[in-house]
Amino acid sequence: MVRTKQDDAFEKNVARTILASMQTPAVGEAGNTGEWRTMRPILHNDLCIVVKSGKPTCHLCWMYCPEITVSREIPPVFNYTYCKGCGICATECPTKAIEMVPEKEAPSCEGNEGGEF
Amino acid sequence: MVLKVSEIPEEEMMLSGTRLCSGCGLQLAYRWALKALGPKTIVTNPASCSTVCGGVGGYTPLKVPVFYCCFETVAANAAGAAAALKAKGQDKDIVVLAWAGDGGTYDIGFQGLSGASERGDNFIFACVNNQAYMNTGIQRSGATPYGAKTTTTPILGKQQMNKNMLKIMEAHGLSYIAQTSTSHPRDIYEKFQKAREFNGKGVRYIEILGTCPPGWGFPTDKSIELARLAVQTGYWPLLERIEGKLVISSPSKRYMDKTKRKDIREFLKGQSRFRHLKEADFKIWEDYIDGMWEGIRLELEKQGDL
Ligand SMILES: Cc1ncc(C[n+]2csc(CCOP(=O)(O)OP(=O)(O)O)c2C)c(N)n1
Ligand code: SF4
Ligand code: SF4
Ligand code: SF4
Ligand SMILES: [Mg+2]
Repeated sequence: MVRTKQDDAFEKNVARTILASMQTPAVGEAGNTGEWRTMRPILHNDLCIVVKSGKPTCHLCWMYCPEITVSREIPPVFNYTYCKGCGICATECPTKAIEMVPEKEAPSCEGNEGGEF
Repeated sequence: MVLKVSEIPEEEMMLSGTRLCSGCGLQLAYRWALKALGPKTIVTNPASCSTVCGGVGGYTPLKVPVFYCCFETVAANAAGAAAALKAKGQDKDIVVLAWAGDGGTYDIGFQGLSGASERGDNFIFACVNNQAYMNTGIQRSGATPYGAKTTTTPILGKQQMNKNMLKIMEAHGLSYIAQTSTSHPRDIYEKFQKAREFNGKGVRYIEILGTCPPGWGFPTDKSIELARLAVQTGYWPLLERIEGKLVISSPSKRYMDKTKRKDIREFLKGQSRFRHLKEADFKIWEDYIDGMWEGIRLELEKQGDL
């Protein structure tokens, strides 16, 4: 088969279209999904296995969080910008070290949600 | 073998702040599958909730390239990507993952999957089974189990059983077939790594039970608990079929013994889609589970593994 100029142009056009539709990886693709939250997970350090032992043994909260908003640190840290407040981490924690508190009563709540209606 | 946390890489292939519902089991499955396969992965994905996960504009939470394809064509696209990698001599290095919902696997994408399996195209096909067409509003699929209410089975619930997809894929003679659940992220991780080890041996099929709070009707925090109940009741055995040979994964081994299985009602009663079920329906579920395990027992016996 003979390659023509039109073939070259066509291929270039296809490549350009594909490149133009390419996405860039980024956190918060859907915005600050923490704003969806009605309940906020908070950690009680005194009950947490990894805090008490100092060893990275448990980390089930990290393992089960679909949103990847619990870190694998000691103590585990929540990323409230994106945590959707599903409560999985609290339900799965074997020692009930995570408590779900209403968003407005959370100790560190900025208070910009649930405004007046 | 249970992996220690320190043995699992911390690097994620998915970033926070996705468009998926709070408590989505599919998201957890996607996270762990991509974690297991790592950055050198090309994904093909048909229309489904996973597509929504990919984002709607110039940004995406996914750090691996994903080709969003027509509903029917996920396996055909994966086959094409795998063939291109082979032609470029990169097939040892880069893995192709076809990532589809149950609609894209059991029903609409089935001919492509069946064809690719028969041809022996080189990719991993993963089905996140949330048991209905969730992305378009919970319509019944070939994977929807008996009795489940969906928006297209709104009164009585589904009156038919689900297809037995594992048997169908077994009949295709695949090198590796596995079933896992969102309640067992380490199991998901290990099975995707195992599937990658079968590189060059045709299609490898993995099915994951993906809990769905709005579609199944349960509170978001129960997502993992319900997936675990599906395993503990014996309804969803974690298993592998390696070169045709059946292997029950360790978390499910004990459920061979019927007395160790939890009552299936515990699984069913936690979901509004099953709220209308009566004793006679529970019996159908019990018979389904007993029959499945009887089949497993007979097969293990025949293999000399019992
Ligand atoms: C040929 C075709 N038919 C229908 C649709 C509409 N559609 C988009 S996503 C979807 C449901 C997908 O269901 P499933 O594959 O189970 O994935 P889930 O959303 O449940 O993860 C449907 C019907 C489509 N995109 N293409
Ligand atoms: S509440 Fe849900 S999203 Fe938030 S940290 Fe816990 S598991 Fe993750
Ligand atoms: S699951 Fe509970 S005990 Fe385990 S690391 Fe998380 S907070 Fe600590
Ligand atoms: S509808 Fe179900 S599967 Fe889809 S994003 Fe929501 S929870 Fe996940
Ligand atoms: Mg589905």
